[in-house]
Amino acid sequence: MKRATAYRLGFIAAAVTALEVLCRAGVIKPLTMPAPSVILGDLVVILGSGKMNGAMAKTLANVAIAIVLSVSAGVVAGAAIHRWRALRDGLEPLFATYYAIPVYAFYPLFIVLFGLGDVPQILIGFMLAVVAVIVNTLNGLDRVPRVLAKTARIYRMGPAEAAFKVTLPYAAPYIFTGVKLAVAYAFIGVVGAEFIMSRTGLGYEINFAFNNFDNAVMYPLILLILAIATALNMSLHAWEIRLLRRRERG
Amino acid sequence: MSEPQVSLRGVTRIFADTGLGAEVHALGPVDLDLAKGEFFAVVGPSGCGKSTLLELIAGLSAATQGTITFEGKPVAGEVPDGVGVVFQEDACFPWLSVEDNIAFGLRRAGLAADESRRRVGHALKLMGLVDFARAYPAQLSGGMRQRVCIARTLVTEPRLILLDEPFGALDQQTRLLMGDELLRLWRDTGATILLITHALDEAAMLADRIGVMSARPGRILDIVETRWPRERDSRIVADPSFGEITGRLWKSLRQESLKTLGKAAPAP
Repeated sequence: MKRATAYRLGFIAAAVTALEVLCRAGVIKPLTMPAPSVILGDLVVILGSGKMNGAMAKTLANVAIAIVLSVSAGVVAGAAIHRWRALRDGLEPLFATYYAIPVYAFYPLFIVLFGLGDVPQILIGFMLAVVAVIVNTLNGLDRVPRVLAKTARIYRMGPAEAAFKVTLPYAAPYIFTGVKLAVAYAFIGVVGAEFIMSRTGLGYEINFAFNNFDNAVMYPLILLILAIATALNMSLHAWEIRLLRRRERG
Repeated sequence: MSEPQVSLRGVTRIFADTGLGAEVHALGPVDLDLAKGEFFAVVGPSGCGKSTLLELIAGLSAATQGTITFEGKPVAGEVPDGVGVVFQEDACFPWLSVEDNIAFGLRRAGLAADESRRRVGHALKLMGLVDFARAYPAQLSGGMRQRVCIARTLVTEPRLILLDEPFGALDQQTRLLMGDELLRLWRDTGATILLITHALDEAAMLADRIGVMSARPGRILDIVETRWPRERDSRIVADPSFGEITGRLWKSLRQESLKTLGKAAPAP
């Protein structure tokens, strides 16, 4: 194990142990927060009972839809904007300020427009995620060496074929950075929207438990969301390293 | 001479004003004929439009005036079938293995799988890359990456191969050896080769004929015939006439090179 990894794990273990001690000693009241070991036990019970399966499936499905939509739309839009200089000059300042906008401000509007179903939540996730993909696609395409673009022409490729077979594959590591952000943003968008107003999903269930002082459900679900987000991020990271390994000097 | 494979008549290239205040007359007028199967090199001072000339013949850009034909058909801003190009810069696809890089053009051409495998295997052997078939470009040296690019061009069996300073980034010894390999390929494939280079010795060693270009706007000042036998390799650098050829090239080029440095040419 590398020293940095050891420090990281040690830090997390120390924080969890400290929480455990504080809870067991009564410094943190059980009504405020149960001990981490209790939360974990409750989570096992909840997962075993299967009563949250529907909420989990709903959240994960909506997050997945938001990811797929934002990545595909983001890459295509990025490639198109990259080709069209005037459009890019017009849009780029908007991208730069985009994340200053609290997208959730539009959520009531989306509910009015699309009703209290999945669409407003997916839309929030999509809106948070798509611009990260566009910006990183543009960044990646900017780095394609001129000689590769010329090579595509030597093989007599049209613009679309050159994009899919040469320039986008070259830009893939940069686009991947956008995808990682998109996954995180889609998660934040969907779960956050569930918190505010929805009829199901993990965010809804946490909010419901909160309103009912049900710590035995609320904390395990928070832990579950943490675990899912961390696992997702770590597997993406592992995939990225595998992709990059062959492209970097061996 | 029979019908030339490549023919240029009154070709000029003028670049529109790019913000420097004036349009740039980069090339021409150039008249040039390349016979089928010959090895033609172009030398000239830096910035004289050598690469522009290559891009025009490749169809990567269009001539401002004049006509270019390849096998009798006009070339106008589109790459004709049967033309392969190797650039000075590393043009390997970093996400593909060496063999997938080489097979890139074949897959597009819809070649049968076993024929494609045969050609890739042959190119790997010819370029000394057999042990690296599954390696990725990042794991190779600059010279090996350039060989991958040459192999990728060869497998499509082009009838005209355009080389834009392909060995420019390599050290001198590697360049001489790559020159040998290039001569062997040229003999084996029977393709016409146009080599752009700034190295006079490289041109003198490899080519049947060498076109000497003027400072910008580049025109062909002189064409030097080397009269080497078809069977030749880098050992001809020891031949007495090798010095004569490079001497003649330098004599034509010296004044032009001084011009590009902004110095007045001394009286000959």
